[in-house]
Amino acid sequence: MATPEAAAAPVADMSEVLRVRDLVVSYGAVSALRGVSLHVGRGEVVALLGANGAGKSTMLRTISGLMLPKSGEIRFLGQRIDGIPPARIVRLGLAHSPEGRRLFGSLTVAENLRLGASTRSDRSGIEADRERLYALFPVLKERARQQAATLSGGEQQMVALARALVARPKLLLLDEPSLGIAPIIMQQIFASLAELKSSGVTMLLVEQNMSMALDLADRAYVLRTGKVSLEGDARELKTNYEEVAAAYLGASR
Amino acid sequence: MIRPAALLSLLAPLVLVAVVTAAAPRLVNDYAVRVLIVMCINAVLVASMGVANGFTGVFSLGHVGFVAVGAYASGILSLPLAAKHAYLSDLPHWLGSFSLPFLPATIVAGLVCTALAFVVGAPLMRLSGYFVSVATLGFLIIVNVILINAVDYTRGARTFTSVPRETTLPWAVGWLAVTLLVLSRIVYSPYGRRYRAVREDTIAAQAIGISVLPTRLSAFMVGAFFAGVGGSLYGHYLGSFSPASFYMAYTFSLISMLVIGGMQSLTGAVAGVIVVTLASEVLRNLERGIDFGAFSVPPLYGASQIVLGIIFILVMIFRPSGIMGDRELTPGLLYSRKRRPPEEYL
Amino acid sequence: MNMDLYVVQQVINAVSVGSLYALVAIGLSMVFGILRMTNFAHGDMMMVGAFAALVLGAAGLPFWLAALGGIVIAAIAGIVVERVAYRPVRGSPDVTLLLTSLGVTYILENLGILIFTSSPRNFPIPDLMNSSIQFMDGQITFTAINVVTVVLTAVSLSALGWFVTRTDAGLGTRATAEDLGAARLVGLDVNRLIVTAFAIASAFAGLAGVLWAAQAGIVEPDMGFTPLLKAFVAAIIGGFGSIAGALVGGYVLGALEVLIVAFLPSEVSSYRDAIVFAFLIAFLLFRPNGLLNRAQEVKL
Repeated sequence: MATPEAAAAPVADMSEVLRVRDLVVSYGAVSALRGVSLHVGRGEVVALLGANGAGKSTMLRTISGLMLPKSGEIRFLGQRIDGIPPARIVRLGLAHSPEGRRLFGSLTVAENLRLGASTRSDRSGIEADRERLYALFPVLKERARQQAATLSGGEQQMVALARALVARPKLLLLDEPSLGIAPIIMQQIFASLAELKSSGVTMLLVEQNMSMALDLADRAYVLRTGKVSLEGDARELKTNYEEVAAAYLGASR
Repeated sequence: MIRPAALLSLLAPLVLVAVVTAAAPRLVNDYAVRVLIVMCINAVLVASMGVANGFTGVFSLGHVGFVAVGAYASGILSLPLAAKHAYLSDLPHWLGSFSLPFLPATIVAGLVCTALAFVVGAPLMRLSGYFVSVATLGFLIIVNVILINAVDYTRGARTFTSVPRETTLPWAVGWLAVTLLVLSRIVYSPYGRRYRAVREDTIAAQAIGISVLPTRLSAFMVGAFFAGVGGSLYGHYLGSFSPASFYMAYTFSLISMLVIGGMQSLTGAVAGVIVVTLASEVLRNLERGIDFGAFSVPPLYGASQIVLGIIFILVMIFRPSGIMGDRELTPGLLYSRKRRPPEEYL
Repeated sequence: MNMDLYVVQQVINAVSVGSLYALVAIGLSMVFGILRMTNFAHGDMMMVGAFAALVLGAAGLPFWLAALGGIVIAAIAGIVVERVAYRPVRGSPDVTLLLTSLGVTYILENLGILIFTSSPRNFPIPDLMNSSIQFMDGQITFTAINVVTVVLTAVSLSALGWFVTRTDAGLGTRATAEDLGAARLVGLDVNRLIVTAFAIASAFAGLAGVLWAAQAGIVEPDMGFTPLLKAFVAAIIGGFGSIAGALVGGYVLGALEVLIVAFLPSEVSSYRDAIVFAFLIAFLLFRPNGLLNRAQEVKL
């Protein structure tokens, strides 16, 4: 829990946006994360890879407060956030675009974006950001007045991204953006993500599509059955394909 | 596996009192006997409500509707001919021409309720969650309206009197024993496991081939039978009643007993009845005001119900599974079912 | 009597009754939409509003001010109930939520009996309100109260519509009703939105209570019971969880009731309430999403 000393801890590593230490999370008797540590620096894009069930989504959900860890600590901008309710974590500057996107289907695209800015109060800033996002994803501007549920999968993913970004988050958690989306659209989306990265957005990306994730990311971790089985520079990992595959499935295979 | 006989051993003290009452009426306190009779009747009703409700995950708010039907049906059947001619003179001829003794009247009432439960339950038991609760509440209201309007049969909103007061403690205890025996045999049998499967996870139950509708319907019908029986017992205890006796107040009373005692346990039903009845009696006596020497608490009529309501809500907040949770109390053995994994934060 | 005029009179009656049902049903649907709970205590907010107005009026306030006070107090009561009884059980299974609301209604009604006794009391309204307006040689009659009812309902509905579509809080409420988890994820203060929804819903019920008491001339502690059940029917007819549905359902129910009483022989029409609930059951079976097919999804 966020104790006074923790909050007052030296803001030593302001370049470090997220640090997770020895995180243990279980669903009842089943352990999903068995002591995971990772960190994300300012401006970095870090990829979290692994097979289904390795614990990637659980990781993100625990960081954003949707799940309570059994033990371990999570520090966001130096402050402990494990155990804090999700709404407060979001207000600290963390945005989570969850698995399945979870848009407000019956509301319009524009309304979804407006909701994304719920934690901000600077009118002009919000509008400027919204225009920038419309420029990045022109199709959203076209469909601004359409109900979100009527959009295609790719367009919905853009809405989800835009909604998370309009909060001007200090850290963006992205859960499986490529799920259910045609590869061509995915290229577009990842291109937009690259643009965002160059404008300084810090991201922790969970992704099944390993090659696209490694192209975008600076560093990556591979999770296997709840533990980190490999970590390193994204470019290196991309060339050492077999190493990564082994890390996915386990050396015993 | 619970052996029903083990459950019944709990009733031993009651049986003792019943025997004593029958054999030596003057020895036992009249007031206590009356309280015990009411508790036994309520236990029959709460246990049957539990089977219709808690065990299959459907919360029917219409149980008291069946109780009403049971009371009126058995009352009409067992009313002495003189009374029938006197003030139910518009009854159809065949009904007005005979009068049944207590036991057959009770059983017929139960069967009538079972048939009614089939008619009502067949369409309703396929609904889920709050839909079923609102629909069964609708049933309760429809019963109430019909009873008030079918003046020829029921004297409408006026009191229905002269029902022979046949419910003695031995009868009440006897029926309670039968109820618990039958219900525990059903609920803890392989068939009964279907009930719990349907409650715990409807989709999973369907996946292994348990058909949800017939399972819920059978539980509903069994519950209705004993509701009818209980209604007959109650009617023959009161001797006179009206449709208002079987409406929202009684519904809440029974629900609070069910909830406080534990919705998924037959012992819980009995425990809930005992706790709530005793608490109500104590509180009701306090309503008349207490004197602590120098200061006194003024009479607060209705306060006892408020306190009960508050206790009810506290139970919902802190221990929704009630006193017994899903355990049954058998001598020397606490039988507990597996706990479900804790829910996520969101 | 001219048949056309008779029909017009019945339409007026239906609109008047329907407005009240709509007011109560909207609050019921709002709370269900945002919390997925059926609030049986909603009807008691009518009682709170009416009794508060009664007391304030007896204390010397002019009628309209007393009525306003009643509405405000009903809103506050709704907020208190949410905080004390419903928030602690949020997230519990449906049955628990339903039972908790039953407990609350039990407490509130008995509290009413304790404070005011169960006998009905007169609800005095200014003579102006009671004055009747007649057309066509008295074949069409309605009182000022009917007019006030319809006008106030229209005003409230417009205000609600503006709130829901044009304010951030209204947008937040719609978002929370659609997906509470996602609402949290975008940083919405879900607790505050829920409180807002309860306040509005209870205020509407309070208004309905005052109007109902004004029309009936009396108040009693269990006055909210029947309207609540009717409001359920209305909300379900229109599609439970949808505000627009509650509105439509309220007027449909009003029309239905008037049809039953005005056009059926009296032996049958005394079964009016039973017929209404039979309709409810029919809807639940055959059109559970309501006329507008817009009910909120319910878990199996």
